Amino acid sequence: MNILAFNILQTFAKLAKESGFGGFIAAGGWMNLIMVVIACVLLYLGIVKKFEPLLLVGIAFGCLLANVSYFPGLSAELNQTNALYHPELWEAFLDHASPYYHSYGHVLSNAGLLDIFYIGVKAGLYPSLIFMGVGAMTDFGPLISNPKSLLLGAAAQLGVFVAFFGAILLGFTGPQAASIGIIGGADGPTAIFLTNKLAPELLGAIAIAAYSYMALIPLIQPPLMKLFTSKENRKIKMVQTREVTKTEKIIFPIIVSIFVILLLPSTAPLIGCLMLGNLFRECGVTDRLSDTVQNALMNIVTIMLATSVGATMVASNFLRWETIKIIVLGLVAFGISTVGGLAGGNIMCKLTGRKVNPLIGSAGVSAVPMAARVSQMVGQKENPSNFLLMHAMGPNVAGVIGSAIAAGFLLAVFG
Amino acid sequence: MLFLVKADMVDIGIGEAGLVAVGGYLVVFIGLILLMCVVMITGKIMVSSQARKRAAAPEIEAPAAPAAALAEAPGSAGELKLYDVDPKDAAMIMAIVAHQLQKPLNELRFKSIREVK
Repeated sequence: MNILAFNILQTFAKLAKESGFGGFIAAGGWMNLIMVVIACVLLYLGIVKKFEPLLLVGIAFGCLLANVSYFPGLSAELNQTNALYHPELWEAFLDHASPYYHSYGHVLSNAGLLDIFYIGVKAGLYPSLIFMGVGAMTDFGPLISNPKSLLLGAAAQLGVFVAFFGAILLGFTGPQAASIGIIGGADGPTAIFLTNKLAPELLGAIAIAAYSYMALIPLIQPPLMKLFTSKENRKIKMVQTREVTKTEKIIFPIIVSIFVILLLPSTAPLIGCLMLGNLFRECGVTDRLSDTVQNALMNIVTIMLATSVGATMVASNFLRWETIKIIVLGLVAFGISTVGGLAGGNIMCKLTGRKVNPLIGSAGVSAVPMAARVSQMVGQKENPSNFLLMHAMGPNVAGVIGSAIAAGFLLAVFG
Repeated sequence: MLFLVKADMVDIGIGEAGLVAVGGYLVVFIGLILLMCVVMITGKIMVSSQARKRAAAPEIEAPAAPAAALAEAPGSAGELKLYDVDPKDAAMIMAIVAHQLQKPLNELRFKSIREVK
């Protein structure tokens, strides 16, 4: 009887020690606990405050799953069996000295569920597929009818390079600084694509910063828009642009693909997929494909992208001073990109004799279509009969191309 | 632009970082300016070919013109695409927007209406 009681107690003690609860008590387990709290805060922001919920809910839940299944303080065997995401597998994958350098076979034979999802991020598959969906959902008509708005998309990449420089000053390496800077492009898939190639150790923090600031655009941009434009200019009504023919809309993605990819070959995955998605939409003979890319494929990829990016937020990767620096630099990048776009808008306003409302410049930060909606909202507040949305969509989609070019440049330099 | 061919770009100095930043911003501008030129040229070609077509059209299609005029409904300007929205709902949405903007419907241009699921 005593022996039986002893065995049961021993079994319970073993279970407690090997359970996740035991993991919280083990060395460094408190960090997992903090990450669980952070995941719950992100879930709150996504569900209750509706901050980019389609992505933030998945990211937060991926973070939660990773941090309740992987405990650095527990034995390697336990983590091997129980963890959904194994950071050490990916460290070996990236380590030149490791026998498993770039070995997907090693990852697959030891992987948890989220490791398998993460292969799509590592291979650059998900961001490219998301771009295909964005292309299929985007009407490039406003950009084609007013090609000058491409200049605003370029001007609004200012924050990318200012934040890059700031990150170097704060002690980040070149590839890390490039990944942080791209937050200013306000384009989640581009930020994930570039960070994964240049500084995968920062992926979680950069994805969170990028998507949080994109969700906060209606709060971040309006004060800057009011600060950097005059009341009179904000009231400017823009004339309707010309009608774009179907042929032009079909030719556009083909021309952009040929031209931009030849100019910067490293942009091929992003620009190629963006334009293929758009061609599906416009060519008129692939409606089924367009529908699938816009809906089913986009949703499936979003689930896998968000959960696997969230999984990279394991405590040892995320709870560092670098994360706070990234969050601050990301905000700087976002703000300066907005100011760059507005400066471009002000210059165009002057050069055209007040035919361009400078508010459309801030939409050059990409973040389609949120930034364009903010331009519309602020413009309509000044002049209720003003309708800037379609005019702002031009710089908005130009920003997508601009941030992909910026990412391509940084990849060419640091990749 | 020697820095672009440097093998190890991990630990870069402030000067090099400044060069990369300025160079990068310039590359984005140059890329998009060139793209703008290409799009403008394509647009010009399209507009002129359309104008040519329009100029040629009345002679050929003159008898059909009254029928076309009859077929044109006094709706919004341009062509409207509906995605998963039935025409009744679309008409209601357009009427609400016109009312809110205090503008006649035929002065507004709706491009597409899509149900957000």
